[in-house]
Amino acid sequence: MESKPKGKPEDLGPDAVLLQPIVATRSSFYILTMVFLGFTSLSCFAYLYQLRWGLGVTGLNVPMYWGIYITNFVFFIGISHAGTLISAILRICHAEWRRSITRAAEVITVIVLFFGVGSIIVDLGRPDRLLNVLLYPNFRSPLLWDVCSVSVYLMASSIYLYLPLIPDIAILRDYGGKYTWLYRLLALGWSGSERQQRILNKAISVMAVLVIPIAVSVHTVVSWVFGMTVQPMWHSTIFGPYFVVGAIFSGIASLIIAMALIRRIYFLQEYFKDIHFSHLGTLLMVFALLWFYFTFAENLTTFYGHEPAHLQVFYSKLTGRFAPLFWTMVVTCFVIPAGLLFHRRIRTVRNTVIASFSVLIGMYLERYTIVVPTLSLPRVPSDTVFYTPTWVEISITLGFGATFIFLYMLFTKFFPIVSIWEVQEGRKVALREARERIEAYTPHPTAGDLGTLETAQD
Amino acid sequence: MPRWGMVIDLAKCTACQACVVACQAENNVPCVEPEQAAKGRIISWLSVLPDLKGQYPNVLMRLMPLPCLHCDEPPCIRVCPVGATGITPEGIVRQTFPRCIGCRYCTNACPYTRRSFNWRLPDFPGELVQALNPDVSVRPKGVVEKCTLCHHRLLRAREQARAEDRPLAVGDYVPACVEICPAEAMYFGDLEDPNSKVSELAESARAFRYLEELGTEPKVVFLSEGEWAGGEQT
Repeated sequence: MESKPKGKPEDLGPDAVLLQPIVATRSSFYILTMVFLGFTSLSCFAYLYQLRWGLGVTGLNVPMYWGIYITNFVFFIGISHAGTLISAILRICHAEWRRSITRAAEVITVIVLFFGVGSIIVDLGRPDRLLNVLLYPNFRSPLLWDVCSVSVYLMASSIYLYLPLIPDIAILRDYGGKYTWLYRLLALGWSGSERQQRILNKAISVMAVLVIPIAVSVHTVVSWVFGMTVQPMWHSTIFGPYFVVGAIFSGIASLIIAMALIRRIYFLQEYFKDIHFSHLGTLLMVFALLWFYFTFAENLTTFYGHEPAHLQVFYSKLTGRFAPLFWTMVVTCFVIPAGLLFHRRIRTVRNTVIASFSVLIGMYLERYTIVVPTLSLPRVPSDTVFYTPTWVEISITLGFGATFIFLYMLFTKFFPIVSIWEVQEGRKVALREARERIEAYTPHPTAGDLGTLETAQD
Repeated sequence: MPRWGMVIDLAKCTACQACVVACQAENNVPCVEPEQAAKGRIISWLSVLPDLKGQYPNVLMRLMPLPCLHCDEPPCIRVCPVGATGITPEGIVRQTFPRCIGCRYCTNACPYTRRSFNWRLPDFPGELVQALNPDVSVRPKGVVEKCTLCHHRLLRAREQARAEDRPLAVGDYVPACVEICPAEAMYFGDLEDPNSKVSELAESARAFRYLEELGTEPKVVFLSEGEWAGGEQT
């Protein structure tokens, strides 16, 4: 049916390396797949066990009704801010260095959202009645706001991932390797005509603008699940922005880690250059400072207000039984990343990646020290019991993490993880656009020499 | 329309726990094995809680029987995503067991921690199966349950009154905990009726509402003990 095969890899020039992961699969991929799917089956077994015996197989108790499932939920939804938000903001700002990293970010969003939603379902005592949420919705419940905003977010970010993928799918279709039928279906008849190009660019910029308020709303609403109750140290107006900042913070960290792994495994040093890591490292540093500011403001207000119920939760975190977790969080969320990123000289790729791992650990602890200490100290006297996650909860958590990484890996085997057409477009138009932009705000641009960029005109 | 409420006189209460046992038996609250209880998995609609005030050595301890307080502004019903809990026109905070999805948001939103969760399949060992109250449904695993003010007793009393062609009289409807109280420390009735015992006691100088500052407007009112009268102790 094909009129003219135009997508031979040599036509792509040096970018042909981006198709390499799809064309050839090394045996290490299959080994990793086995490992990750091993964790997946472990979590399936754990969940079936929990379904059979009830939530009694977890470490949850009275009054700690929520534990690491809810922590996972907040954490995964937070990571999902990696993609969409970062890529959308960079796109809108015309940050040229975004071109090779947006795809890697957007995929994180879409895949990790499923695990955020999954964490809530795993936490339900009666998952068989999940549809009641649609049949008998109570719109006064922040949990229902969550259902609404997360599903809108999932839809919007899927579209936002898919749109810039279309021209690349067309490349794969014309290349005529495996699964050509799938690519033909997904390419929606893309021919790269000027009209199609115009519509696509329009759609991408509309989605980029749309997706930002949706992403902000999602994590705000997640925080309101806690903030709307009257429980000590949950009932806080700062929670909305605090959660959004934390979400972007952990999102950037996971993007950096994903990029470091991809560049190493698929030899994409030309696409994820050191400068990309340096820029993202700066962004991470900014959010480490923001995170510290919010944490400080939140805790100082509680301390100064001196309300007994709030204060006992406060002290359980700062000096009590949650103190080790709390201070580890402060070190991993602020001290380590700030120390590793504050100066250009030490902001190497290795240090940026170490800082990112540290931030992920710290943000997980933050979610945990938000959920559990408040529940352990209700206003009314209660039994002093300790919450320790059981093997069921830990298996499901590990399984979720492993399955997420596996699905991400799988994506790189079907679609280019670096947007080929955007990189190519960047070579053609980026210099000219940048020049026009600079000319637009330079006073008397013709008076002096703005540089010799004329070569990029064509 | 009546507004059912309860008054508990802490000066009379001996903390004998008879109300707790009566509630368990009346409402088919499942038994929990000792090792589960040690993990904090007890289901209890009504428990006698120690309430400590002050710092050692000037400590005052009182024991408070604490059922669901059936707040007029309950924080729990707002947060339920499926509307499995609500408030009846007569002010009883109800729970619809077959609709509950077990997310435990209500248990976390209740500032009094008065809601329980079925961590596993309910267990009624030995003869206890024969002692089940046929008026109250046994809850499945994975749902939240709570005090209903023995709502089934209200239904039965109303049926009885209708059969006898008379209005519901005072004392027709009394929850199990109030009925059993050997010290007669618990009173139950219609808070709307200005002549009822409960509305009279609820107005007394000794009356207080637990964690009143949260604005939940509970319909279970406590009468403070003698030494607590007048409020603060030093």
